[in-house]
Amino acid sequence: MDLGYVSVQLFNGLVNGAFYALLSLGLAIIFGVLRVVNFAHGAVYMLGAFAAYLLLQQFGIGFWPALVLAPIGVALLGIVVERLLLRRLYGLDPLYNFLLTFGLTLFLQDAMRLRFGIQGQPYPTPDELAASVALGPVSYPVYRLFVIAFSLLVCVVTWYVIERTRLGMVVRAATERAELTRALGIDVDRWVTAVFAIGVALAALAGVLAAPMRNVAPLMGSELIILTFAVVVIGGLGSIVGAVTAGFLIGVLASLGAVFNPAFENVIVFALMAVVLLLRPAGLFGSREAA
Amino acid sequence: MLEVQNLTAWYGQAHALREVSFEVKEGELITLVGRNGAGKSTTLRCVMGLHPQMSGRIRLGGRDLTGLEAHERAHAGLGYVPDDRGIYATLTVEENLMLPPQVGTTHWPLERVYKAFPVLRERRRHPGTKLSGGEQQALSIARALRMGAKVVLLDEPTEGLAPVLVQQLRDILLEAKHDGLTMLLVEQNLRFAMAVADRHYLLAEGTVVQTFGNAEIAAREHELLRHLGV
Repeated sequence: MDLGYVSVQLFNGLVNGAFYALLSLGLAIIFGVLRVVNFAHGAVYMLGAFAAYLLLQQFGIGFWPALVLAPIGVALLGIVVERLLLRRLYGLDPLYNFLLTFGLTLFLQDAMRLRFGIQGQPYPTPDELAASVALGPVSYPVYRLFVIAFSLLVCVVTWYVIERTRLGMVVRAATERAELTRALGIDVDRWVTAVFAIGVALAALAGVLAAPMRNVAPLMGSELIILTFAVVVIGGLGSIVGAVTAGFLIGVLASLGAVFNPAFENVIVFALMAVVLLLRPAGLFGSREAA
Repeated sequence: MLEVQNLTAWYGQAHALREVSFEVKEGELITLVGRNGAGKSTTLRCVMGLHPQMSGRIRLGGRDLTGLEAHERAHAGLGYVPDDRGIYATLTVEENLMLPPQVGTTHWPLERVYKAFPVLRERRRHPGTKLSGGEQQALSIARALRMGAKVVLLDEPTEGLAPVLVQQLRDILLEAKHDGLTMLLVEQNLRFAMAVADRHYLLAEGTVVQTFGNAEIAAREHELLRHLGV
C-alpha cells in the first residue's frame, strides 16, 4: 500500500469530516431546541457558497469578508423563514416540518438553477492559502488544511458557547425539557429564533469553506446532506459532541475505506449507521434525555 | 396573595376540574389533599400556565395572571417544584440553581443557598441528576428560593423520599415559611401536611369538597385516610 496515498486520504477524510461536523452541528442544535429536522440544511449550505460567489462577482468582496458576511446574510434569511413559516408548525405533526423544509430545498435549488445553470461556477482559492505543502512524499493543498483547522476552531467555539455560557445553558435546558424551562421563567420561543439562525449560519459557513474546493452549484448540498443525516443518526440526534465526533470519525473512516476500494466510501457510512441503529438506537452519544 | 377563582379545566372532552376556588394568604402554607386523579396536579399546572384547556381566574398579589404565558407567570413571582422535581441532567447543580431569572427582591443569594444546603455546594459541578432523590428535591426547592419567587407551588415533594428525608424537607419548608414565603403544596401524606401547613383543601373529582384546619385533620385522620385510599 502506498503510504503517501493513505496519508492524503486521511487528510481528505478530515476535510470531509470538517463539513459533516459543521453541518451536523447545526442540525443538532436546531433539532434540540426546535424539534425540527431541517431538511433544507443542504440547500442552506449551497446558499452559503452562492452568497460568497455573488459577493465576489457583484461587489468584488473576497473570501475573508465573505466568511463572515455570507453566514450573517443567510442567518437573516433563516430568521425570516423561522418567523414566517416554521413558527406556524410547532406543535403539529413533524411531517409538516418535513414537507416545509423539503419544499424549501427544492425551491432554493431550482431558483439557483434558473439563474446560474446546473453546471456551477468556479470560486478562486484565496491567494494566502493557494500553496501546497509536503506531506511526506506527496504535496497537499494548504487550503484544505485550513478547512480542517478552521472548522475545528468553529466546533470548539460552539461547544464552549453551549457548555459555558448562559445562552448555551438555556439551549441545553430547552433541549432537555422545554415546558419546564418555560415554567422556570425562560421565554423559550424568543431563543428559538436565535438558535435557528446560529444553526443555519453554521451550514452557510460550511458552504463558504466549500466554495474554493468544490464547484459552486445548485445541487452541491443534496448529496452531502444525505451523508450528514447518517452522521447525525450515528452521533445521536440532538447531541452536540456526538455530531462533531461522528462527523470527523465518519469522514476519516469513509476516506480510508476508499483506499481499499473506492466503492467502500459510502458503504462504510451506511453500514456503520445500520450497526449503530441496531446496537445503540439513540446514537453513539445520544441519551434518552436528549433524544 | 394567590387567588384562584372558578378554575375549570379539561383533558380533551373530560372535565378535570370544576369551579375550584381557593386562596393562599401572604406567608401561608396551604395544602391540596385528595386521592390520585382528584385534580391536584392539574390545579398547579393551571396556576403555572402549563395547562391551556382551562377557564377561571388566577390572581397573584392582586395582579391577574389569566392569559399570561408560563414564563411571564414565573416573572410575576411564581416558583414551581414539579412532581418529578424537574432537575436537568444536562445542567450542573449550580446551573440548575441559576437557570431561572431573579424575579423578586427576596431572592436568596447563591451563598445563602449553599449555606442552607451544603451538599449542593459540594456537588455544584456535578450533573443535576447525579444527586440522590432527596438532594434533587432540595435542589428543586432551593432553585425556587434562589429566583425569589413570592409563591412556590410544590407538587408532592415527599413522594418517594425516605422518612428521614421527609423530616429534612419539613424543616426546609418550615424555615422558608418562617422567612415569609407563601406556598401551595399538593400532598398525599397527611402527617406531613399537618406538620407544615396552616390550612387544607380536600379535592375530590375535580372540586373542592371541604376545607380543614390542622385540628380537624387530626380529629378525622382515620376517615380522611380511608377517603384518600392510603
